[in-house]
Amino acid sequence: MQEGESFAELALPLFDSLYNFACWLAQDRVEAEDLVQETYAKALGGFRSFEPGTNFRAWIFRILRNTFLNSRTGLAATRTVALEEDEGNEAAFARVTEETPESILLKQMNQGAVRDAIEKLPIPFREVLLLADMEEMAYREIAETLGIPAGTVMSRLARARKLLRENLREKVVRT
Amino acid sequence: MACEAWRDKLDAFVDGELSPNAQQEFDAHLRGCASCAKDIASRMQLKTAVKRAAALRYAPSVEFRRKIEKEALPRKRNPRAVLIWAPAFAAAAVLLLVVVWMARRPAVTPEMAMLGEVVDMHVTALASANPVDVVSTDQHTVKPWFEGKLPFAVNLPDLTNSPFTLLGGRVAYLDQTPGAGLLFQYRKHQLSVFIFQERAEWAKMSAKETPQRHASFWVETWSASGLRYFVVGDTSDANVEQLANLMKGAAGAE
Repeated sequence: MQEGESFAELALPLFDSLYNFACWLAQDRVEAEDLVQETYAKALGGFRSFEPGTNFRAWIFRILRNTFLNSRTGLAATRTVALEEDEGNEAAFARVTEETPESILLKQMNQGAVRDAIEKLPIPFREVLLLADMEEMAYREIAETLGIPAGTVMSRLARARKLLRENLREKVVRT
Repeated sequence: MACEAWRDKLDAFVDGELSPNAQQEFDAHLRGCASCAKDIASRMQLKTAVKRAAALRYAPSVEFRRKIEKEALPRKRNPRAVLIWAPAFAAAAVLLLVVVWMARRPAVTPEMAMLGEVVDMHVTALASANPVDVVSTDQHTVKPWFEGKLPFAVNLPDLTNSPFTLLGGRVAYLDQTPGAGLLFQYRKHQLSVFIFQERAEWAKMSAKETPQRHASFWVETWSASGLRYFVVGDTSDANVEQLANLMKGAAGAE
């Protein structure tokens, strides 16, 4: 990142990603617009506090994510989730069951089914999964965005993928 | 190396988070381990499926994009850009001040402009060596003098028993239109009476039947029988009104 880059130069290219992420979190377009608008306003207002040379994407995604968590929808969505971060990696890093390879599942299912499975994930798992797979953020960047240690990113991401696989399997079983 | 050693590195491998050395080692292991290879392939497929399903799933509307761009872009300018515009802002501020000042100034109404003209004519006549072209105190001399010079008859009042004396008359011009210019004496003061054909724009003037103050002169104007009368004097409003009433009487008598 060049020093002296303007806010618009940094923030506008991320507009589509931010909006998409906001929709995934809020599951509502009107609310997502409010979130994005508030995010841009907050980021613009706090741009002085952004240190040039650090990760702008993580910085503005963090603003969006925190704005969402403090919104009514965000508070309602996260209230019931037990994170159990220290649950141990045993379950989280369980091997993919050989008998039901995702290759077969994913081939059988359309994108809509995958989307439904992602939407079913509780917010903490949905956000870490989307940042890793959709935004292709590095663990360090995700840690910065979510304000959690990199180790927690790894365990939470593993749990998210495990839950996603379970959601997908349920779908296959039902259909 | 046993698979157990790689168990908690499966995701990190898929996400490209392993160190280059660990990555190489894992690659070597995968070539010999069908179980791990299948697991990795499965995880990669899931990662790809998530990206395909989630990325660009929701596209913002054009309106919303414009809205955000408008909010983020205008303040994009750095302070130097503001400095470049400073002279323009200063000029705009001055212009605004001028406009406000002009707007606050009392507006010059057509009525005031015309009364100014009439006062000017009176002052010009007084300053002239020959304020009148027909010198006569006799109304019966002055009235015929205008015949043929003006498209209307000039009726003069009988000044007997009045404090006014007729000094004479001349042809006056207002906007290239001829009219009667009459000069009267009141003690040491001189008053003018101007008579022109009534104009449409004058008809809109407020019909104040009392003298108005204009540049230290008193002016009374009225319209009668298609003629517009002006009486100008510097004595007092009472004198001006008195002469005006005499003129009105003369016009009505005919």
